[in-house]
Amino acid sequence: MNKSSTTFKGLVLGAVMALSGGLSVAPATAAVVGVEPELQKWTFAGIFGKYDSNQLQRGFQVFQEVCSSCHGARLMSFRNLSEEGGPLFSEDQVKTLAAEYIILDPELAEGERAATPADNWPNPFETERDARASNNGAFPPDFSVLAKARGVSQKFPFWALNYFTGYQEGGADYIYNLLVNYTDAPHDVEVPDGQSWNAYLGGTLAMGPPLFEGIVDYEGDSVPETVEQYAADISAFMMWMAEPHLASRKSMGFRTIVFLLVLAGMMYLVKRKIWSNVAH
Amino acid sequence: MSGQSGYNPTNPVEKWLDERLPILRFSKEHLMDFPTPKNINYWWTFGAILMFMLVIQIITGIVLAMHYTSDASLAFDSVEHIRRNVNYGRIIQGTHAVGASMFFFAVYMHIFRGLYYGSYKAPREIIWILGVLIFVLMMATSFMGYVLPWGQMSFWAATVITEIFAAVPVVGEPILVLLRGGFAVDNATLTRFFSLHYLLPFIILAVVILHIWALHVPGNNNPTGVEVKTSADTVPFHPYITMKDLFAVVVFLIPFAWFVFFAPDILGHPDNYIQANSQITPPHIVPEWYFLPFYAILRAIDFDMLFISSKLGGVIFFGGSIVILFFLPWLDGSKVRSGSYRPLFKPFYWLFVLNFLMLTYLGAQAAEGIFLLLSKVGTAYYFAYFLLVLPIVSRIETPNPLPASISESVLGNKGE
Repeated sequence: MNKSSTTFKGLVLGAVMALSGGLSVAPATAAVVGVEPELQKWTFAGIFGKYDSNQLQRGFQVFQEVCSSCHGARLMSFRNLSEEGGPLFSEDQVKTLAAEYIILDPELAEGERAATPADNWPNPFETERDARASNNGAFPPDFSVLAKARGVSQKFPFWALNYFTGYQEGGADYIYNLLVNYTDAPHDVEVPDGQSWNAYLGGTLAMGPPLFEGIVDYEGDSVPETVEQYAADISAFMMWMAEPHLASRKSMGFRTIVFLLVLAGMMYLVKRKIWSNVAH
Repeated sequence: MSGQSGYNPTNPVEKWLDERLPILRFSKEHLMDFPTPKNINYWWTFGAILMFMLVIQIITGIVLAMHYTSDASLAFDSVEHIRRNVNYGRIIQGTHAVGASMFFFAVYMHIFRGLYYGSYKAPREIIWILGVLIFVLMMATSFMGYVLPWGQMSFWAATVITEIFAAVPVVGEPILVLLRGGFAVDNATLTRFFSLHYLLPFIILAVVILHIWALHVPGNNNPTGVEVKTSADTVPFHPYITMKDLFAVVVFLIPFAWFVFFAPDILGHPDNYIQANSQITPPHIVPEWYFLPFYAILRAIDFDMLFISSKLGGVIFFGGSIVILFFLPWLDGSKVRSGSYRPLFKPFYWLFVLNFLMLTYLGAQAAEGIFLLLSKVGTAYYFAYFLLVLPIVSRIETPNPLPASISESVLGNKGE
């Protein structure tokens, strides 16, 4: 950090000047130069949005079977999985699930114990160093709020419309588009060892394509076992993980705004009545 | 300007209290009877809206502080804990974060209303100066508040903004170290910012009380800018203004609630959901929207002026853009307050508004090419408005005839 302190001399006019550009263009984290994102129709979009618990259960299955061997979810508790507005697993299912996981607990003679619904999801690696050692030097980011730490960049006027539509699904759209855009690299691009080309990023990343057709076996035959379906399900699940109270927040918002509209109407009448005898 | 009807306690308890602590008399005179021009329009409701916002921010902030942990290793997760596990935490935290933006929106409305109607002119100079002071305190408070969630934007905003002070000759470096509590932004920065973020709103509240006290000496300005002449020009504060303000507050709450409940993160930046990391610089470091015009001015100065480096120059213009507001009452010499009666002033004023919006936009763009050029033009006009336009216009302008009184202007409106 001492070094960065000196590096930042003149930052005001130097780096930052060149670096800025994002904010009012709302959600844009990665400098995406690849293919245009295909925005999905999410059940949790819009003012009446809520999660589809079936989709979240499938998303959890993808998370558990594919992602969780490398990615953590340190802010998610097992109990969240049975809470209102979420995947709605039963409490017994969650108990059974939690018991399959080990929590390190130095207070105990054994040094570990089975997880309970009150525990948070255990990290797949004890330290960042372990994680990097197992992942070719890359550090798989924690999933807890990842869906809110990403966004799709949009051109004017589309980003401006977001303020009126309340578009907050940029993170889920980002994750979906990342997952379905693992393609062959263009001929003029040399992909380094241990990296994979992603057409959405328009660049390479350390994570290889995680999803393949049929990699997760969904119960029943009604839901297709395709990369697109998996990608949509895990994106929705990650959005829920990042924003577990979304449905109750939105329904409370609807009631609040209806109340405020009525109150505003009544206040206007009060005001008009009071001022009716004053020329103003 | 004390009360029209006065306070005449009949109840013995009230009389007893009145002789010892005349708080009811004070309330009656200043919160109920206070004579207010009857022609003030809805632009005047932002004062009450701002008072409301300050209270909202203090209440939600106190609750958040009960659950927040100001330790660099725990801060990020503690904010998530509030969002996830605290009852209604997502709403309280969202209200506080969106509230900062709504607060600034209201304060800009309030300031631009004052600029148009000449509310800064004699005898209201002190009200204006206290207002600018509140604005500066708000900027400091919101900046420190933005650092507390300890995301990437928090961390890098803290790094960049504190770095501004390092440009000051001689004392810059010590100030920088004092602000950060070390050579780099770290735990010591976070803890002192938390402490100051809790302190400053109460200082704001104190200055707000002075602001209102100063307001209650000459009373409100009004859209005509003509002083109150008789009691026919005024209405008592309660119920006329209280109910009108309350209506405005409720209307203001509608977009506020829209953001809190449906898009609480839209005014922020996704990068702030990544925990602070001193080793990784985000690709875009942008301040919150309400700092953008001043940020554009800061970055517009990319050239050295004599012995002043571009960096110091940027800081001088950045600071100057705020400091100049303190001198506004003496820069605008026009005796006519209201812009409505100033034909030459009006186009320059609206150009200033457009220019300010343009600077807001430019503050979010990369400082290069056409954006940088426009930032320079915008900065030049910002300063020219105060230093050239207002002094010159006030000398050469022939104002339109003013109404003889507020009542006359009101009746005139009805006749048209």
